[in-house]
Amino acid sequence: MNNERVIQVEGLTKMFGDFTAVNAITFEVNKGEIFGFLSANGAGKTTAMKMLVGISNPTSGKANVAGFDVFTNAEEIKKNIGYMSQKFALYDDLTVKENITFFGGIYGLSRKRIKEKSAILIQELGLEKVANKLVGALPLGWKQKLSFSVSLLHDPKIVFLDEPTGGVDPITRRQFWEMIYKAAHQGTTVFVTTHYMDEAEYCDRVSIMVNGKIEALDTPKKLKEQFKADNMNDVFLKLARG
Amino acid sequence: MKRFIGFIKKEFYHIFRDRRSLFILFGMPIAQILLFGFAITNEINNVDIAILDHSKDATTEEIINKISASKYFSVNQFIEKESDIETIFKKGKVKAVLNFEKDFSKNLIKDHNATLQIITDATDPNTANTISNFVNAILTQYQKELNKDITIEYQIVPRTRMVYNPELKSVYMFVPGVMTIILMLVSAMMTSISITREKELGTMEILLVSPLKPLQVIIGKVFPYIFLSIINALVIIVLSIFIFKMPVQGSLVLLGLESILFIISALALGILISTISATQQTAMMISLMGLMLPVILLSGFIFPISSMPIPLQVISNIIPAKWFIIIIKGIMLKGVGLQYVWKETLILFGMTVFFIGLSVKKYKIRLE
Amino acid sequence: MKIILYIIQKEFKQIFRNKGMLPIIFVLPLLQLIILSNAATFEVKNIKFGYIDSDHTSTSRALIEKFNASTYFEVSTDFPSEQLASAAMLKGEVDVLLEIPNYFERDLQKEKHNNLGITINAIDGAAAGVENVYVTQIVQRFNKNLKVDLFQVSDKQIQPINIETVPLFWYNETLNYKTFMVPGILVLLVTMITLFLSGMNIVREKEIGTLEQINVTPIRKSQFIIGKLFPFWVIGMGILTVGLIIARVIFNVPIVGSLPLMYLYTSIYILVILGIGLFISNFTDTQQQAMFIAWFFTVIFILMSGLFTPIESMPEWAQILTEFNPIKYFVEVMRMVMLKGSGFMDILPQLSKTILYAFIMNGLAIWSYKKTN
Repeated sequence: MNNERVIQVEGLTKMFGDFTAVNAITFEVNKGEIFGFLSANGAGKTTAMKMLVGISNPTSGKANVAGFDVFTNAEEIKKNIGYMSQKFALYDDLTVKENITFFGGIYGLSRKRIKEKSAILIQELGLEKVANKLVGALPLGWKQKLSFSVSLLHDPKIVFLDEPTGGVDPITRRQFWEMIYKAAHQGTTVFVTTHYMDEAEYCDRVSIMVNGKIEALDTPKKLKEQFKADNMNDVFLKLARG
Repeated sequence: MKRFIGFIKKEFYHIFRDRRSLFILFGMPIAQILLFGFAITNEINNVDIAILDHSKDATTEEIINKISASKYFSVNQFIEKESDIETIFKKGKVKAVLNFEKDFSKNLIKDHNATLQIITDATDPNTANTISNFVNAILTQYQKELNKDITIEYQIVPRTRMVYNPELKSVYMFVPGVMTIILMLVSAMMTSISITREKELGTMEILLVSPLKPLQVIIGKVFPYIFLSIINALVIIVLSIFIFKMPVQGSLVLLGLESILFIISALALGILISTISATQQTAMMISLMGLMLPVILLSGFIFPISSMPIPLQVISNIIPAKWFIIIIKGIMLKGVGLQYVWKETLILFGMTVFFIGLSVKKYKIRLE
Repeated sequence: MKIILYIIQKEFKQIFRNKGMLPIIFVLPLLQLIILSNAATFEVKNIKFGYIDSDHTSTSRALIEKFNASTYFEVSTDFPSEQLASAAMLKGEVDVLLEIPNYFERDLQKEKHNNLGITINAIDGAAAGVENVYVTQIVQRFNKNLKVDLFQVSDKQIQPINIETVPLFWYNETLNYKTFMVPGILVLLVTMITLFLSGMNIVREKEIGTLEQINVTPIRKSQFIIGKLFPFWVIGMGILTVGLIIARVIFNVPIVGSLPLMYLYTSIYILVILGIGLFISNFTDTQQQAMFIAWFFTVIFILMSGLFTPIESMPEWAQILTEFNPIKYFVEVMRMVMLKGSGFMDILPQLSKTILYAFIMNGLAIWSYKKTN
């Protein structure tokens, strides 16, 4: 894991009227890292993420993603990142294959490439039998895994995952994290938000937001030492209360 | 019972918090009735007429002046030859050409007979007919003047009385229709969307498993909209009376009660639509595409039902709007009481019960 | 460019997969065209007629017979008294009432003139006017024949001066309302379908979250918008085509003018409507709101389009408002080209205004669509 900084955030702030959702956060993410962006529900992580992927304009502050400024070059950023939203965002009324073809095409992949990747993806996820079924008919876990894979179709430098494992069973969660490890191993930086504190243990580094501010940022190991806690759950509780 | 009231409260919150929809629900009907009351009319005004005068003598000049002076017509073009008629009709502005034959005055004096062609662009047959009739009327008047020294014998003199609307104001014809359409569309649309919305978002299932009975759920959903629609109806009636000077010859109370009945029937129809729609999109499309045009065209709002082919007259009977329009016109313009509209009222009532009954049945099926 | 094709492909797939919507988009409009074109007529027929004959002479009976024989009047009821007749009119059972007074025949013979009472339900002012014309025509004809047959009008009688008016109805001799209404209703259907589909479509993606996913991709907004709207443009043109076929085959509406010109105009017109739909969807968050706004404008546009009531009859301020009504132009162009054979130069004013409208509307719509909020 080299130290090339793929995400640089400085004093990033988002306000909605009087309400400050994201309050001058500052941090950096290195290439190939699995970076966990934690907070309690509704504390601003989705808002922050939306600014980083270029679909929300910051109120103030600076951020660089994949070498481009989020304010002035949002469209360039989008060429280099993948995104998986909290609300499942593939098309329910298109089949698995059609969804893959569509997003592949949108990202400018050649037809040949789409075919290749499609075959690999379907095989890896074990979706051969349902490749021509409507995505809406699939169980949630399969949909999430498909969504993740689609976000990686164009081999992006960074992939942003917003609560990717919400609502799935433990086995599927495990499989999901295996996929995340694999991607990181191949050099993709993973920026993931979650409110499952045990998943924080899987990350290289973790930041914890409380009321829009980053109150802690370090490896899980060091955080547990710092807060004298046995697990990340307790770290969080101590932070949130204090 | 408390559950039920809580449910109704929630429905009210939903509606009042959606400011944009609220604005549309109230603002639109007002804007529309104002617009239509003033703009929708069959009466003709300043219709462009061209003159093809082969005689150009004193009589034709007199006639042309009379036509010009009429508020119905605007004489602003003079053409010289027959072939010009086609050209100006194609342009679309001129609706009629008056063609005076040669030696018009001479013929009148010699043979007591001269011919004037009223050539109308009948792509709009209604306007064409009206123009023809009006020009005719002006000429009949002129002829009377020419003939005033001659007594005509054995003349039957018709004395015509126009009742319920002596001034032939088209507002009287259209305002009840506009009221009906707005109430119907808004009510049906609102409920159909509200219910399918819950279905799409998945919160319907929560309702289904709750201890609320199906009838309670349906009534609860509809109740806030009854309230809203009544306010709408009141505003529309007030506007009609004060701005359009619609008379209310009959009982205001009866008018109010009938309106409430109609609103409930429209809301019930909306619910029925929602039970057969899987998504909001479908519900809305059915309400709008399936309801709007038929209601405008088959309810007797603009086009008289008695002039339609029999099959359509039969179909118009299942449109609640048709019955309500009869009731409104009866109460407002004829001043009738319940004894004259009981038949229509009963039909509306029956339809409402039918819609609600069918909806409850379909809703129950979903539960099983 | 290829990206646009991917979007178009997806849209078509989604449209045709939506089993519930397909009949509504394709079957319902055409069904309405067929059924409702038959409804739209201002002709006055089957007039409910009643009479009170206080004279009971051969003359009065002959007059009543004329009404019975007329095809315009139906349901001829004999009312013994005025109260019953009034009650019937209140109930809506009779719309035109003929009151033949006592001594009708005698007065005509002795005094050389008499009176005839006619009462007409004038709630529908236009229909009342027409009914009056019919009644007057029948009475006058009866009067004329009476003079000739019964009273042998003498030659010494000075002939009154008579201006003979000959009404000529061009393009529609039989005053067939269908010829007038079918193109108009077709216009409405094309408009409603394209407006509602385009208005709802983008909001739907907003509501379910897929729009966000699209905004995160590097796709340019022009590509996205063109891809999204193109299928609806195709559908609109499709409905126009089938509608024209129905008009010709089922209703025998003449197609006098140039078909390519009609298609040219329609293709631009649909762009205006799609632009409006897109614009609406940019400013609403839910399908419900989009629907309401679209409905609001649609009803206003429809009723003020000159389709049902002439624009020339509207007050000055309303006529100015119609300048902003795209349907008005479509209705005018359709009627002019289809029924009168108007050419390119004749419809140039409408065409140029529509093109301008398309530019402004779509420009606004594209400008207001933001990938980043």
